[in-house]
Amino acid sequence: MTDIAIIDYGMGNLRSVSKALEHVAPNASVVVTSDPVVVRQAARVVFPGQGAMPNCMHEMDARGLRDAVLDAAASKPFLGICLGLQMLFETSEEGNVQGLGILPGKVRHFPPAVAMQDANGQKLKVPHMGWNQVHQAIEHPLWQGITTDARFYFVHSYYVETANPEPVAAYSFYPFQFTCAVAKDNIFAVQFHPEKSHAAGLTLLGNFVRWEPNFTNKAS
Amino acid sequence: MGLAKRIIPCLDVTNGRVVKGINFVALRDAGDPVEISRRYDEQGADELTFLDITASSDNRDLILRIIEEVAAQVFIPLTVGGGVRQVEDVRRLLNAGADKVSINTSAVQNPQLVADAAGHYGSQCIVVAIDAKQVSGAGTDTNRWEVFTHGGRKATGLDAVEWAKKMQSLGAGEILLTSMDRDGTRNGFDLALTRAVSDAVDVPVIASGGVGNLQHLVDGVLQGHAEAVLAASIFHYGEYSIRQAKEYMAQHGIEVRL
Repeated sequence: MTDIAIIDYGMGNLRSVSKALEHVAPNASVVVTSDPVVVRQAARVVFPGQGAMPNCMHEMDARGLRDAVLDAAASKPFLGICLGLQMLFETSEEGNVQGLGILPGKVRHFPPAVAMQDANGQKLKVPHMGWNQVHQAIEHPLWQGITTDARFYFVHSYYVETANPEPVAAYSFYPFQFTCAVAKDNIFAVQFHPEKSHAAGLTLLGNFVRWEPNFTNKAS
Repeated sequence: MGLAKRIIPCLDVTNGRVVKGINFVALRDAGDPVEISRRYDEQGADELTFLDITASSDNRDLILRIIEEVAAQVFIPLTVGGGVRQVEDVRRLLNAGADKVSINTSAVQNPQLVADAAGHYGSQCIVVAIDAKQVSGAGTDTNRWEVFTHGGRKATGLDAVEWAKKMQSLGAGEILLTSMDRDGTRNGFDLALTRAVSDAVDVPVIASGGVGNLQHLVDGVLQGHAEAVLAASIFHYGEYSIRQAKEYMAQHGIEVRL
């Protein structure tokens, strides 16, 4: 059985994600797959994604992966990364596309660079690219060993706006506060790229491969 | 409290070795790319940039093997450029483990390549590299810089600031801006060039060319308005560590990842 399935729907390079997971879980079988059957049989699922959300939704559906993603998000340790966070929400300003609707809220574009300034009066560029501080909003097994305000690597032009504060696991500032991680039951999803975030990122991935969420009625 | 300015060591690679040139010529050996990558990663580099400066296309596959090896051990963003001519080249580099691909000469020869690559893989992984040289103001007193290609050997007639804006509009997610006048001189970045381009575009700009000391890195951010600073020789020969550079920048009020 596959220990960790990384869902491949043709959007972005998944080699970094798989290499980082192999690094933190050398004895696990890590598979990059677009096969819904493999996703359903995996013990853990990673849902990454890059590029534009309308293309991501389209490519996911074109491969018949939607139901497998929804099942995994309802039943087993599930890690969303970047677009894999944004797609969990209801709608996106990017192409006015519908997301999976697992979490209430929407995906919004950063204001234009001219409208945002840092402390020195310099305009803030979009995409938000580089190492930003991640302020932990809750205690969670995936934060174990990571100090609050540790820096992770981001690259994105859209951010999630949750409908209620309940799933927010962390936030960052650019320049306003935005949600950069959410947690709900067996789901953990991040806007940043743990696979590219050096020691802090590897710690988070290591926490994910060992994570045993408490299930109540989620048996698949 | 916010986004850190980035320090990016640059590795010019040819025939499997890291080399460093002066004004785009006179190469000097600086070591093994995998070993150097690991060292910079340990010192806290924010990203790594590899430029394949192999002249012939015979040894192009060598860079893929190097990137594969680095990507399996170093978990920070990797940018790779040099010899990228078609979307297929972008795909091969991304599959080898690159996170971003830098396009230079081919962006001038075929701007559609930038649009196609960004459309296919997303702007976040498409960097356009611009090699610029100051030219006379043509009857005005304003600064003007011209884009050069082919490793700085060929003038294009393109204005660097206008070119950067055009590349952004076609989908470049970042601009890697090198001053040919300063590259290898250790006299500091061309701050006027860096600022002109950075202020003209909304995407991040990486300043490159001319770093000789740590104050130059500070100037690139505070005066040049760069989001990231790239340097090679001050790090390759052990003059300064990445950590020292970051501490110096932090002392001068720049937010960095320490």
